[in-house]
Amino acid sequence: MPYIPVEPPPFFRRGPSPLARLAFFGCISIALLFVDTRYHYLEGLRHVAAVGLYPLQRVVQMPGEAIGWVGGYFVSLRELSEDNVVLKRQSVEHAAVAQSYAATQDENARLRALLDMRNRFATGAKAVEVLYTGRDPFAQKLFVDKGMDADIQAGEAVIDADGVVGQVTRVYPYMAEVTLVTDKDHAVPVQIQRSGVRSVLYGSGAGRPPELRFMAPSADIQVGDVLVTSGLDGTYPPGLAVARVATLDRETGQIFARIACTPLAGVDRSEHLLVVGRQSPAITRPEEPAAQDQGKKMGRAKRRGGATP
Amino acid sequence: MMVLPNIGPLSTAGPDEILRPVRPWFIVATLIAALALNLMPLSGVALALRPDFIALVLLYWCIQEPRYVGVGVAWTIGLLMDVGDATLFGQHALAYAFLAYAAEYFRRRVLRFPLWQQAAQVAVLLALCAGLVLLVRIVGGAPLPRWTYVVPPLVGALLWPVVTVLLQWPQRPQHSGVEL
Repeated sequence: MPYIPVEPPPFFRRGPSPLARLAFFGCISIALLFVDTRYHYLEGLRHVAAVGLYPLQRVVQMPGEAIGWVGGYFVSLRELSEDNVVLKRQSVEHAAVAQSYAATQDENARLRALLDMRNRFATGAKAVEVLYTGRDPFAQKLFVDKGMDADIQAGEAVIDADGVVGQVTRVYPYMAEVTLVTDKDHAVPVQIQRSGVRSVLYGSGAGRPPELRFMAPSADIQVGDVLVTSGLDGTYPPGLAVARVATLDRETGQIFARIACTPLAGVDRSEHLLVVGRQSPAITRPEEPAAQDQGKKMGRAKRRGGATP
Repeated sequence: MMVLPNIGPLSTAGPDEILRPVRPWFIVATLIAALALNLMPLSGVALALRPDFIALVLLYWCIQEPRYVGVGVAWTIGLLMDVGDATLFGQHALAYAFLAYAAEYFRRRVLRFPLWQQAAQVAVLLALCAGLVLLVRIVGGAPLPRWTYVVPPLVGALLWPVVTVLLQWPQRPQHSGVEL
C-alpha cells in the first residue's frame, strides 16, 4: 500500500504560524522587560536606537518650532514695551540684592577657606530647553535638547527660575531625559526652611501632589512652609526651593501625618531649564560600626562570664 | 462637470472592484509616517487625545496584507517606540506583537463588516493592546494612570475609517471616477 501523506504539500510557504511567532516574540519581550527593570543592561542598545530615531524626532519637531518662531516674531510692540518697563524695574530692585550678594559671597568664600570646607555649590550650570514632555502616561518625564554633547550626566539636578524641576535620569548623545519631582519613583531630600526639620519629598504620579511621608503628626510644620533641598543626598545642591506645603492633615488615624505639597517650579510649564552640575562627590557612607558592636557584645559576654564564674 | 473619485460604499474593496497589489515601499512609508506621528512633541489635551498611530497603521496592514506585516514587524517597531518614549524595553513590543497576532486571528471576520462596524471591533483590539501595556506597567510597579488612558483607543477607532480610505487610496483602480 503506498504511503499517503496526511498533510497536503504546502503551496505557500509562510514560515511558522502566527501563534508560534507571538510566543517567540512574546518571550523575548518579557525577557527584555525583566532585564531592563532588574539589571539595566540595555542602555547601550537604547542609545543606538535613540541616535537612529533622532533625525525623525527633529523633523517632527520642526512644524511646532516654526509656529513658535512665527508667533514670536509677531509679538506686539506694546507687549514688548510693557515687558521692558517691568524688566527695568526688576533690574533696579535686584541691583541692591545683587551687590550685597557679591560682598556676602566674598566673605563666605573667605570663611569657607578658613574653615577648609568643601565648596558646596556646583561649579557648572548648563542652560537647556525642553524638547517635549514624555508621552508615557505612567511616568512624569521630559526631554531636553542637550545630552552627552554638553557633558550632561545622569544624576544632575534640573532647576528653573523658581525651584527644582527634577533630575537627569538618562543621557542620550543629543538629548537627556529628566524625571520630574512629581514622578512616582522620585524622591528629594528636603528641609523645611522655617524650622529646619528634615524629610523626604516623594512624588505621587500624574495629577497627584507630591507628599512628605513618615512625618509624625507633632512635627513642626505648617501650611505654607517652603521646602528646600537639604543636600544630604549628594545629588541636589543644598538650599534650592522645591515645594510649598499645601494641605496638612494631622488626624489621619494613623501614625503619620498626611502632608501634600505643591511644587514651586513650573514642573509642567517651564521651557527653559538649568542643569546644575553635581556637587562635590557624595560623601561616602562611613563603615557600619560593626566592630564596635561586636566589642560591646563581647564586653557584655565577658561581664556576664565574670558574673557567673 | 465634476469628476469625483469613486470611493464606493464605505467598505474595504467593494464587490465591483479589485484592489491592485500593494507596493512594499508604501507599507514602509506609512509605518515611518505613523512612527513620526507618534513621536510628535505634544502635551496637555492633545497628548491625552492622541491615538496610537502605530497601532492603528499596524492593525490595518496586518488585516489587509498579512503576508508583508505580521508579528515580527510589529515587534520591531514596538522596540523603536520603546526607545522613543523612554519606556521599559519590550513594553510596546509585546503589545504590538499581540496586536498583530490578534489582527491575524480576526482579520477574516473583521473584513466582512462595513467600515463603521469594523471600527467597533478595532476599538476592542486597540483597547486590548493598551490594556496589555497597562498590565505590564502595573506589574512593574507603576501607579494607575488617569482615566484619560481609555481615550486614545476610542479616538483610534474613530480614525479607523479615515485610515482605511487613506491607506487604500493608491491601491484603488485608477479609472474608476464617476462623472456627475
